[in-house]
Amino acid sequence: MTVTLSRRSFLQSATAATAGAFVIGMSPDQVLATPAQAAEITPFIRISAEGRVTAVIKHFECGQGAATGLTTLIAEELNMPPSDIEAEFAPADNKRYANLLFGSQATGGSTAMANSYVQYRTAGAAVREMLIAGAASDLGVAADALALRDGAIWQGETRFDLGAFNATAMAMAVPAEPVLKDPADFRFIGNPAVGRLDNVAKTNGTAEYAMDVHLDGQIVAVVLRSPRFGGKLVSSDDSAAADVAGFIRSAPLPTGAGVVVYAETTWAAFQARAAITAEWDFSEAENRSSDQIRDDLLKAVNSEPQYVAGGDAGAARDGLANAAQVIEQDFYFPFLAHAPMEPLTCTIAPTETGVVVYDGCQGPTAAQMALAAVLQIPAETVEVRTLFAGGSFGRRLTPTADYHVEAALAFALNGGQSPVKLVWSREDDITGGYYRPAMAHKVRVGLDDAGRIMAWDHRVAGKSIFKGTAFESFIVHNGVDHGSVEGAANTPYDLPVRFTGLTDDTSAVPVNWWRSVGHSHTAYVMESMMDMAAAAAGQDPVAYRLSYLAGGTEDQDRLTGVLRLAAEKAGWEDAPAQGRARGVAVHKSFGSYVAEVVEISRDDDDYVKVEKVTCAVDCGLPVNPDVIRAQIESGVGYGIGHVLRDEITLTDGIVDQSNFPDYEPLRITDIGAIETHIVASTAPPTGIGEPGTPPAGPALANAMAASGDRITYLPMTQNGADFV
Amino acid sequence: MAISLTINGERRESNAPEGTPLLWVIRDEFKLTGTKFGCGVASCGACTVHVDGQPTRSCQTYVEDLEGAEITTIEAAKDAVAVAVQQAWNELSVVQCGYCQSGQIMSAIGLLTENPKPTVEEIESYMWGNACRCATYQRIRAAVQRASEILEG
Ligand code: FES
Ligand code: FES
Repeated sequence: MTVTLSRRSFLQSATAATAGAFVIGMSPDQVLATPAQAAEITPFIRISAEGRVTAVIKHFECGQGAATGLTTLIAEELNMPPSDIEAEFAPADNKRYANLLFGSQATGGSTAMANSYVQYRTAGAAVREMLIAGAASDLGVAADALALRDGAIWQGETRFDLGAFNATAMAMAVPAEPVLKDPADFRFIGNPAVGRLDNVAKTNGTAEYAMDVHLDGQIVAVVLRSPRFGGKLVSSDDSAAADVAGFIRSAPLPTGAGVVVYAETTWAAFQARAAITAEWDFSEAENRSSDQIRDDLLKAVNSEPQYVAGGDAGAARDGLANAAQVIEQDFYFPFLAHAPMEPLTCTIAPTETGVVVYDGCQGPTAAQMALAAVLQIPAETVEVRTLFAGGSFGRRLTPTADYHVEAALAFALNGGQSPVKLVWSREDDITGGYYRPAMAHKVRVGLDDAGRIMAWDHRVAGKSIFKGTAFESFIVHNGVDHGSVEGAANTPYDLPVRFTGLTDDTSAVPVNWWRSVGHSHTAYVMESMMDMAAAAAGQDPVAYRLSYLAGGTEDQDRLTGVLRLAAEKAGWEDAPAQGRARGVAVHKSFGSYVAEVVEISRDDDDYVKVEKVTCAVDCGLPVNPDVIRAQIESGVGYGIGHVLRDEITLTDGIVDQSNFPDYEPLRITDIGAIETHIVASTAPPTGIGEPGTPPAGPALANAMAASGDRITYLPMTQNGADFV
Repeated sequence: MAISLTINGERRESNAPEGTPLLWVIRDEFKLTGTKFGCGVASCGACTVHVDGQPTRSCQTYVEDLEGAEITTIEAAKDAVAVAVQQAWNELSVVQCGYCQSGQIMSAIGLLTENPKPTVEEIESYMWGNACRCATYQRIRAAVQRASEILEG
C-alpha cells in the first residue's frame, strides 16, 4: 500500500491546502484572535504576535512520534529548535488535513511521515519566505538582508520577534514553490539529539487523554454487549442495578447490539452493568469455538483455494512434482487483541451548532461521518478534538467506527442535551473483537538437488479485513484481499515458480488491522520457510536469503543492505556461545526494510530467554533517528510479546480471555537488549510504526528451531515452548 | 458517609461508597487524571500511586481502608527522587503513548527511594508489574539507572 508522491502532485495538494490561507478564526479558540495576535499562515502553522509558533499536527499521536516528527519538519524550515514549537492536533477538516495517501483524514499504514514529509516542509518554507518578505517590506530593506533563525527575524545583529510583521506577512502571496532547505544544511532532521516533544507532559501527569475528559454535567456510559459476536439483544432487566449508588438508568441500543448503562461515575457504571441481566438471540452469532475455526482454516489451506492471489497453480504443481525434495508446513495464527494501554473511550457534548467529540482520534473524517450519520446532523457541525491516544496499534480506527457509533447512540439515547462519556473497560477491550484475524497458511517448497528452490506453493485462509469496508476498492482486487496476503504474494525474493492462493473465512468475529496487518502473519511464514529451505539445503540462513535477493531490484538491494548490517552487528559470522542460538528474519513492509537477529539462551530444562535482538532498518531518510529506534524497540516488543503467549480463543463463541492476567502483555523481563542500526539514506522517508513488528516473531522462531523445535502454531507457549 | 482522605498533602472528603477503588475517587471525584486506568485488576500498574510512600495499585485499594493514609499521585511527585526520575525519563525519551508512564514513574520513585543503586535484576523485579504495551522496557531500565546516577550527583 505504498504510494510514492511525485513532487508535482504534492505541490498541487499543498497549493490546494494553502489556498485558504490567511483565514483567522477557523477554530473556536481563535475566534477572538486578530491578525496581529495569531497569524494562521498555512493550515499547519500559526504564529502569535509574540512570535510563538504552533504546529498543527494532522496525525494523531499514539506513541509513534508523529507529533515530534511533523514538528521537526516545520522547525527545520523555520530554522528554529523543534522544542520551541508548540504542537496542537488538527481539527477534523478533510480539505486541509487529509492523509495524502488516503484522501481522508486518518493515521494508519505507517504513513504519517511518508505523506507529510514534503507537505510540512513546504508549509514551513512558505511561512519562512512570507515572514521574510513581510519583514523586508515593513523595514524597507531587501529580503536578503534578513534571516530567520532560532525563532526570530534578524537584520544583522538586530533581532525582531517572529510575529512582529505578521500583518504584512499575511498579505503576501503564498509562494507557489517555496525553496526547501538543502539537506546539507539540516540541523534538526536526522539529528539523534532531537528528543520527543511530549516527554514532559507524559512524565508529570499533565498529558491529556480522552479517558481524562471531565466536562460539566457529564455522565458516564458503558455498554453491556452480547457475549457472542453477532448476538442480538432480546430483553434486559436492570432492577438489580437500582441498588448501585450513582446508577442513572439503562437503555437498549436500537441496533440490538447491547444495553447502554448510564451512571454518574465510571465505577458506578461498571457496578451497575454487572447487576444487569440480558437475554440474547444467538441465531446469527458466531457459535463456533476457536478450535473449530482453526480446524476450518487449516482444512481450507489444505484444499483448493477460493481465489488466486498470484502466480500459477499448475506451474507450481509441476515444479513440486519434479523437485528432489519438498518441504511442507502448516501454520496457524490465533486471533489477537490490540489491547492499547488506554481502553477505548470518547466523550460527546452538545455545541451551539452540533456536537463536539473528544477522542484520541485516529480517523477524524470517519469519526465525524459516523457521528453525523447517527445523530442525523451535517458533518460540518461535528467538531473533533483530538487528544493524546494511549496506544492504538490499529484499534482506534475501525471501518465501522464502532466505538464512535456506540458513543453517538449513547449520547442520543440520553437526549443529546448533555455530555456523555463512553468508557470501555479492559474486559470490554479484550472480549470486544476487531481482532487480528485468525489465519492459517500452508506452504510447499520444492528444492532441487542443490537445495535451490524450484517452486513455492502458498495458501492462506482467514477472514478478510477489508471486504465490505470503505477501503475495499483500494485493497481488494478480483476477490483477493491483498491485506491477507501482503508480504507473501508480493515477496521480493526471486522465487522461480510461485503460486499464492487465498480462501476467505466468513465469521461474525469482527476483525481489523493490527500493527503491521497482513505482515503480522505472512512474514512469520515466509521467513520460517526460508529458514527451513536453507536448512534443507545445508546452507547458512543469511547467505541463502542473500542468494534470493541478488536480482538488483531496489527492494532486493535494500533488503540486502539491512540483512548484511544486522548480521554483521549481531556477530553472525561467529558461532553463538554455549547455550545460545540465533535466528534471523528480514522483511519489507510499509515501504521500509527491517532485518532482525534474535539471540536466545536455552537452559538445561529447556526454558528459553530472548537475550538480545539486533535490528537494522532502512526507512529512507531518518527524520528523527531516536524515534525510529524507539519504534523498532516497540515493534519488536509487540511482535515478540504476542508470539510468546497471546491468543484470543473462543469456547462456543464466547471469548475465553478477559483481561491482562489471561492476555499477558510483554513484561520487562521478557526481552534483553534491543539494538537498532539505521541505514543512512536520502530516499523519501517511509513507515516506522509497524515495520519493526513483522520480522521479530520469525527471527525468534528461527532461533528456537536452531536449538530445538520449530514452532508453527502460535502462541509459542501453547505449542510446546517454555520461556523463563 | 463521607470518608476523609489525605491526597497530595491536602485533606479531602470523598462521597464514594465503601468498596470504591481509590483509582476512581482520584480520577472521577478529585479530577486528578494523571493516575491512569489500564486494567482494574492490579495487573498493569498504570494506576500506581504512593500510599504512605509505598507504590500501590489504586485500582485494588479501597477507599474505606485509607482513613489517615497519605496518598501521593503523579501530580505531586516533586521530591528529589521524582525530579531525577523525570529528568532521566526525558533525557532518554522513554515515553511513547505515555499512558503507562505515570505508573512507571511512581514505581521507579518507590524503587529508588528504597534502593538508590538498584541492579538490573532489582529494577526488573521491582518494575515487573508495570506493563507497557508500547514496550518501552529497555529505556525504562536505562532511565532508572540514569536517575540513580543523577541522584548520586
Ligand atoms: S489499573 Fe490498576 S493495575 Fe491496571
Ligand atoms: S508508553 Fe504506551 S503503554 Fe507505555
